Amino acid sequence: MRGLTGILAFRLAQAAGVALVVGVMSFLMIQAMPGDAAYRIAAARYGYDMVSSQAADAVRAELNLDAGALAQFGGWIADLLRFDLGRSVVSGEPVAHEIAHQLGATLHLSVVALLIALLIGPPLGVLAGLRAGGLLDRVLLVAAAGLRAMPQFLLGLVLIVALAVEAGLLPSAGHGRAAHVVLPALTLALGLAAGSARIARDLMAGIAASQHYAFARMKGLSDGQVLRHHGLRNIAAPLLTYLGLQFVFLAEGVVVVETIFGWPGIGHALIHAVFHRDVPMVQGTALVMGLGFVVLNALIDLAAGRIDPRGVTA
Amino acid sequence: MSLRSDRIGWALLLAVIGFALLAPAFDQTGPLKQSLLKALAGPDAAAPFGYDHLGRSLFSRLAHALRLSLTIAFAATATAAVVGIGLGVLAAWRGGWIDRALGLVADSVLALPALLMVLMMGVILPGMGAAFWAGIAAVQWIEFFRLTRRACRAVMDGPAVEAARIQGFGPAWIFRRILWPEIGPVLRTAMAFGVAGAIAAIAALGFVSVGVPAPTPELGQMMVELLPSWREAPVAVAQPVAACFVLLLSLNLIAGGRA
Repeated sequence: MRGLTGILAFRLAQAAGVALVVGVMSFLMIQAMPGDAAYRIAAARYGYDMVSSQAADAVRAELNLDAGALAQFGGWIADLLRFDLGRSVVSGEPVAHEIAHQLGATLHLSVVALLIALLIGPPLGVLAGLRAGGLLDRVLLVAAAGLRAMPQFLLGLVLIVALAVEAGLLPSAGHGRAAHVVLPALTLALGLAAGSARIARDLMAGIAASQHYAFARMKGLSDGQVLRHHGLRNIAAPLLTYLGLQFVFLAEGVVVVETIFGWPGIGHALIHAVFHRDVPMVQGTALVMGLGFVVLNALIDLAAGRIDPRGVTA
Repeated sequence: MSLRSDRIGWALLLAVIGFALLAPAFDQTGPLKQSLLKALAGPDAAAPFGYDHLGRSLFSRLAHALRLSLTIAFAATATAAVVGIGLGVLAAWRGGWIDRALGLVADSVLALPALLMVLMMGVILPGMGAAFWAGIAAVQWIEFFRLTRRACRAVMDGPAVEAARIQGFGPAWIFRRILWPEIGPVLRTAMAFGVAGAIAAIAALGFVSVGVPAPTPELGQMMVELLPSWREAPVAVAQPVAACFVLLLSLNLIAGGRA
C-alpha cells in the first residue's frame, strides 16, 4: 500500500497533468480563433480606437508572435506555470481576480448542496442496507434509478415549476438572500444523494452480513452500539472515496445549475466566457475546476487514511 | 428483477430509436417550416404532436432532435470504447512506462468534467456536433481504458496467455480468444452509461443555450424554447422532457441494477 508521500506524489502528478491538459486545450482555442492575434491583443491593451498596424506590429515584436506555434506554446505553458492567467478579454480584469470573486459563490452553493446530500443520502442508504430486501430498500432502489435517469437541468426545471412557480415557496433564480440558495443546492444535492445512498446501502448490506458484525451482536451489544462501533467506521472510508470521485459530477452540475438559476459562480462564468470566446477566463475556470477536484481528493485520501489506517481503497 | 428491467430498457430504447428513424418518413412539413398562425396549436393531420411557439411541427422536431442526440451519443461512445479498449490492452500488454504514462493521462482528464471538455472543444472545432463527439469521447475513453486495463492485467500474467504465446499465437488471436471474453461482459454497462451521459450532456448544454445552435432541433434547446409557454401548452413542453427522460431511463435500465 502506498504511504502518505506516495499519495501526495500521485496527486501532485495528477495536478500537473490537469494543468497541462487545460493549457494545451486553451492554446488550441487561441489558435482556432479567427483574425490576427496581434491586433486582438493590441485592441485589448490600448482600446479598440487606438489600434493601428503600428501598435499591432509592436505587440507582434514584443510577444514574439512570429516565432511559430511551438515557441508560442512554450510561452503559454510557462505563463501557466507562473500562475499568470492573464486578463479577461471581456472585462479587462485579471483572471485570477475575477475567479477569486466567483469561487466564493460556487463554494457556498457546493457546501450547502453537499450538506443536504449527506443528510439525505448516506443515512437512508444505511437504513436500507441494514434491512436489505425490505420495503425501504426497494423504494430507495426505484427512487435512485429514477433520479439517475433525470439530468440535473431537468430536475432543476421540475423543482422551479413545482416549488417556485406553482407553490410560490421559494425564489426561482437570483443571488443575495438566503432563500436563493435552496433550489440550486437541492437540485445538485438530490443527484449526489441518490448515488451516495446506493453506495452506502451496498456497503452497509455487505458489513451487516459479515461475520464480525454477527459476532458483535452475539456478544451482547445493542443495535445502536454495533452500528456505531462496527458498522459506520467500516463504510465511512470507501464512501468518502466514492464521494471524492463524485466531485467531478458536482463540478459539472455547478456549470449547468448556476447558469439555470443565475448563480454568479465559476460555472456561470465559464458559460459566459465560452459564449464570448474569452479564452483566458475559460482557461482559468477550467484550471480551478480541475485543480479543485485534485485538492479535494488529496484531502479525502488523507481523511480516509485517518478513518481506516489499514489503507483500504475503494 | 434484473432480467425483466433489462428487457424493459431494451424495449423502450428500440421504441425511441424506431420513432426517430421512421417518423421523418411520414412527415411532410419538416422540422423547420414555420406557420405562425398555428403557434402552440394542438395536433392535426400534418403535425400529430401539435405545434411549437413558432408553429413548427413538434412531431418532426422531436424525431430530428432524437436522431441528432442518438447519432452523436452513439458515435462518441463507440469512439471512446475503441480508443479506451485499445489503449487499455496496450497498457496491460506492455506495462512499464507506457502503462504509467497512459494512467497519468487518464487520471488527469478524469479531474475535468465532460461538459467542460465539450465547451472547450466547441471553441476549437468548427461545429457543435463535432465538439460534442470529440469532447465526450475525450472524457469517456478513460472508463473503457480502466476497465480493460484492470481486466487484462490479471489475465496477461496467467498461464493461458503464456501457453498461447509459446504455441506461437499472435497478439490478434490472444486478444480475440483470451482478452475479449474478459472485457465483453462489463462493456454493456459501460456503453449504456456512456450513451446516457452523452445524451444528458447534449441536452444540458442545449438547455443553457451553448449547445447545438438554434434552428436545428435538439431536446434541451426545445425544452428551454417551450418553457415560457408552459401554461398555454403544457403538452408541448412535456414532449421533449418525456423523450429525454424515457431515453435516459431505458439506457439506465439496460446498464443494470448497480448504480
